[in-house]
Amino acid sequence: MASGTRKPNTKHRTAVAMESLIHIEDLYKSFGEQQVLNGFSLDLYGGENLVIVGKSGSGKSVLLKCIVRLLEPDSGVLEVLGQPIPQLNQYEMDRLRTEVGFLFQGSALYDSMTVRENLEFPLRRHPEKMKGQDVESLIVETLESVGLAHTIGLMPEELSGGMQRRVALARTLILRPKIILYDEPTSGLDPITAKEIIELMLKVQRRYQASALIITHDMDCARVISNRMIILIDGRNHAEGTYAELSKSTDPRVQAFFK
Amino acid sequence: MATTYFQRSGLRRYLKETGEVWLFARRFFSEVYRRPFEWRELLHQCYIVGNQSLFLVGMTGLIMGLVLTLQTRPTMEDFGAEAYMPAMVGVSIIREIGPVVIALICAGKIGSSIGAELGSMKVTEQIAAMEVSGTNPFKYLVVTRILATTLMIPLLVIFGDAVALFGSFLVENMKGDVSFQLFFNKVFRQLSFGDLMPATIKTFFFGFAIGLIGCYKGYNSQKGTVGVGRAANTAVVVASMLLFVLDFIAVLVADIFFDL
Repeated sequence: MASGTRKPNTKHRTAVAMESLIHIEDLYKSFGEQQVLNGFSLDLYGGENLVIVGKSGSGKSVLLKCIVRLLEPDSGVLEVLGQPIPQLNQYEMDRLRTEVGFLFQGSALYDSMTVRENLEFPLRRHPEKMKGQDVESLIVETLESVGLAHTIGLMPEELSGGMQRRVALARTLILRPKIILYDEPTSGLDPITAKEIIELMLKVQRRYQASALIITHDMDCARVISNRMIILIDGRNHAEGTYAELSKSTDPRVQAFFK
Repeated sequence: MATTYFQRSGLRRYLKETGEVWLFARRFFSEVYRRPFEWRELLHQCYIVGNQSLFLVGMTGLIMGLVLTLQTRPTMEDFGAEAYMPAMVGVSIIREIGPVVIALICAGKIGSSIGAELGSMKVTEQIAAMEVSGTNPFKYLVVTRILATTLMIPLLVIFGDAVALFGSFLVENMKGDVSFQLFFNKVFRQLSFGDLMPATIKTFFFGFAIGLIGCYKGYNSQKGTVGVGRAANTAVVVASMLLFVLDFIAVLVADIFFDL
């Protein structure tokens, strides 16, 4: 461990509630002979943006998929909002998933549905989550928050890559989750659009007060958005700290990310 | 040695896949009765499966009726048996040719469409997105599509059979000066319960097989766009093969119960 801290730095602790929304301890996941996660641990606290940085194939996306149980971990403790993910039944898991938004790397918009239907879909599935609220105004308000209210009737194929990412973010936000998981939010975007997405992520986080776990290898994104960072190497926490702390690390494997 | 051969040959993969299809079907039956029922999506899928195949099935039926009558009539005339043409065409279309040919056409159109659509959704993580939004994608995507094909293929076959008989009537009317009423009187006089029931029942199984294989191939699609193409292609091939096997079983069973 380069900086050795597990919890946010003191300055950050004053800004966020010290409630662990995601608690992961000694998480292991392998695919056949290949060990992808090798005793990984983290705690995501209320209101913070935790960035996980690692090389391609280091298991970052696998970690996110374990958190939402798209993949089952081999062993370890994995709790989201205090609930043990591997032990939940399907009903409990589906309820919990309404509290955890997931922004996919490729946006993953339903391409047979319009923008409106994409946003409507989670609301129709979980009417209890937004009881008493008008679906139409909720959709418009959420689209306005990502600056795309005018695209409401368009199909995903009619949108640019950046716009698709924004609509996907709107769909993630529509159920007002407590935690948002971002899988490479700026990948495949040009630098200007990537910057817009990062600013948008900060804006919506302030507006909806969600905590964020961000997987990226875009160090600009990490610098702007992170309260705290974890460097993931060989499937375990190699280093942990703020961007400023890690950028000063003398560890050559950590430094490699900042060059 | 035997194990090595077994592992290297496609037999192991074939058996594994057969087992997986069986488990997929079992999951369908375990989920189909569970709430919430996706009525809206089921109706939407029924509309897509039925409406979008109507023209193709109609054209196939019409040409099938025309060709069958045109090709058979000279032989029947040689035997002086042209009066039996409506009955012969009716029985052959309704019992066998109609259900099998129309189901094969639907396997090509609907099976490949389902395989490609679900395959594309899988590789672009739309299915995963559905799952993380707290929706059961199997129930929403697979159960509705299998039910839609199971319900709509019989209707398409009935429609295709009707058009095929009309095509046959056109030829008979032109060549033999047979009236509409006389033609269909002869057709229905020859048809019995034992002709209609097995032919109709087996189309439900055909529809189920087309939906099941299309969904299985698409839902388990891998390896990017290549995988999507392969899912669509193998959905058609496997579903078509399965249709012939089911047809053979249906004929055997019908022979026992209806004494064909």
